[in-house]
Amino acid sequence: MTSIGTGYDLSNSVYSPDGRNFQVEYAVKAVENGGTAIGIRCKDGVVLALEKLVTSKLQKKDANRRIATVDRNVGIVSAGLLPDGHHLVSRARDEASSWRSTYKAPIPVTSLADRMGAYVQMYTTSSGVRPFGVTAILGGWDAETEVDVDGVVGKGPSTGAGGKTKGAKEGGAYLYMIEPSGAYWGYYGAATGKGRQAAKAELEKLDLDPKKGATISLEEGVKEAARIIYVAHEESKDKEFELEMTWVSAVSGPTKGKHEEVPKALREEAERLAKKSLEGEDEEDDGKMEE
Amino acid sequence: MNHLPQAWGRPRDDVYGQYNSAYLPSSHHGPTTHTQSPIVTGTSVIALKYSTGIVIAADNLASYGSLARFTDVHRLKPFNRKAIVGFGGDVSDMQYLTRLLKRLDTQENYADGDVAEVDSDGDEVEGEEKPHMSAKNLHAYLSKVLYKRRTDFNPLWNALLVAGLDEEDKPFLAFADLLGTTYSSPSLATGFGAHLAQPILRRVVPDEKASEKLSREDAVKAVRECMKVLFYRDARSMNEYSIAVVDREGMKLKESEKLEGQSWAFAEGIKGYGTQTV
Repeated sequence: MTSIGTGYDLSNSVYSPDGRNFQVEYAVKAVENGGTAIGIRCKDGVVLALEKLVTSKLQKKDANRRIATVDRNVGIVSAGLLPDGHHLVSRARDEASSWRSTYKAPIPVTSLADRMGAYVQMYTTSSGVRPFGVTAILGGWDAETEVDVDGVVGKGPSTGAGGKTKGAKEGGAYLYMIEPSGAYWGYYGAATGKGRQAAKAELEKLDLDPKKGATISLEEGVKEAARIIYVAHEESKDKEFELEMTWVSAVSGPTKGKHEEVPKALREEAERLAKKSLEGEDEEDDGKMEE
Repeated sequence: MNHLPQAWGRPRDDVYGQYNSAYLPSSHHGPTTHTQSPIVTGTSVIALKYSTGIVIAADNLASYGSLARFTDVHRLKPFNRKAIVGFGGDVSDMQYLTRLLKRLDTQENYADGDVAEVDSDGDEVEGEEKPHMSAKNLHAYLSKVLYKRRTDFNPLWNALLVAGLDEEDKPFLAFADLLGTTYSSPSLATGFGAHLAQPILRRVVPDEKASEKLSREDAVKAVRECMKVLFYRDARSMNEYSIAVVDREGMKLKESEKLEGQSWAFAEGIKGYGTQTV
């Protein structure tokens, strides 16, 4: 299945005769070995979840938070080489800060995804660097309420802010996934890492497309995300793992537009239900075998 | 205090003569100066420590010299649950500092989120209770920024009060200004407030011990009284103001308070203004 690069895979930025950059494809292999990361775009927010494989019994529980926040309202979870993930988050934070400096407003999630994609792509064009060994899932909520300009002084004219389309609905949930090639797409449900096949299958079952009338709420999304991570973990059954989940809701929702960790109580409830549903499946399988 | 260059120690033109620009590169018609004069300004900010927290107030006026130009300017800027900054002086520099503090808050939030905080019982500390930067930390940061800018001869033309709680949740109140001067006291005021309001506040809280005994209601009453006096006597003030109270439970900020109980009855007795000669 894997083509041998035969000489065209020794350097980054080099095209093979059939038009491939092998180093980027090898970077994808690094991602496939990492713990599963998923994102679900719900009607009123986004949920991000991560299967953190425990590499050592000496690790302090709950100490190593891996889902990072960018600005206030965006979260990034990555699968693959952890330090590459950290660097990408650091760049995203710089991009968000520089946008705020210029435009005195938070960066729209779409623009942040665009900048991250462009940054990742840069590392596929020079032989002096290697591509990022992570696929990053970016989830955020653009405020649906009117957000004042940074450092606003006074109320402004009573006729209101100019240049706006009347009745246009602002804001909403956004979910993007950026691959080592720099390509990115917007998703309703995204998965990457070791258990992505199983996770994708589960996500497809969920029916997340609002155009087809399906709308999953944030709370349901949290429970489903936990369940899907547990299902995806079957791929690495032999290792222990920790579930980390974060969410962003609308300004009128539980997180008030901020990207935060899912509260412990809700996460534990979701894990309990996830374990129960897995046991339920096992019992069904056992039942069938007995027959 | 007159902070303009002519008054703070620059050699006087009438004593030493004007700078002779013949000795400078043709593009410079004098020494390189960034030192500005403030353009749109806010007047006094006053604050008081009481037993479990602080009260801080500032009016809602931004003056353009002697013109009372903008009457909806909120000069009290909350930082997080534990701290609030009141700005007097140049409004564009206030905006710059507000944006700087917002960036600082965002970055502090990144660090907080990385480790699950555990309190003394070993239970995880949930969201809101995680340690924030305290008012004391904020004041230290702002003092450094202000002093750095003054040393560069490019000051942020403000006098500000940082009020809130310190790391041990005890009331904290300190001053910082365009020169990098800082000091702390149970009652503080900037601008005209330092002359008109401080004596009143000091009678209420002469020292730390008195501030530890003062109740919240009395503190708010004293501050409101001072805002009224400032409106009577400060020619660049307004009758609408913002007031905030910060204590362990949180922060209450009211931004459109009107002055109450004003007495202008003395005006009846004033003779000799305008066309009146008797």
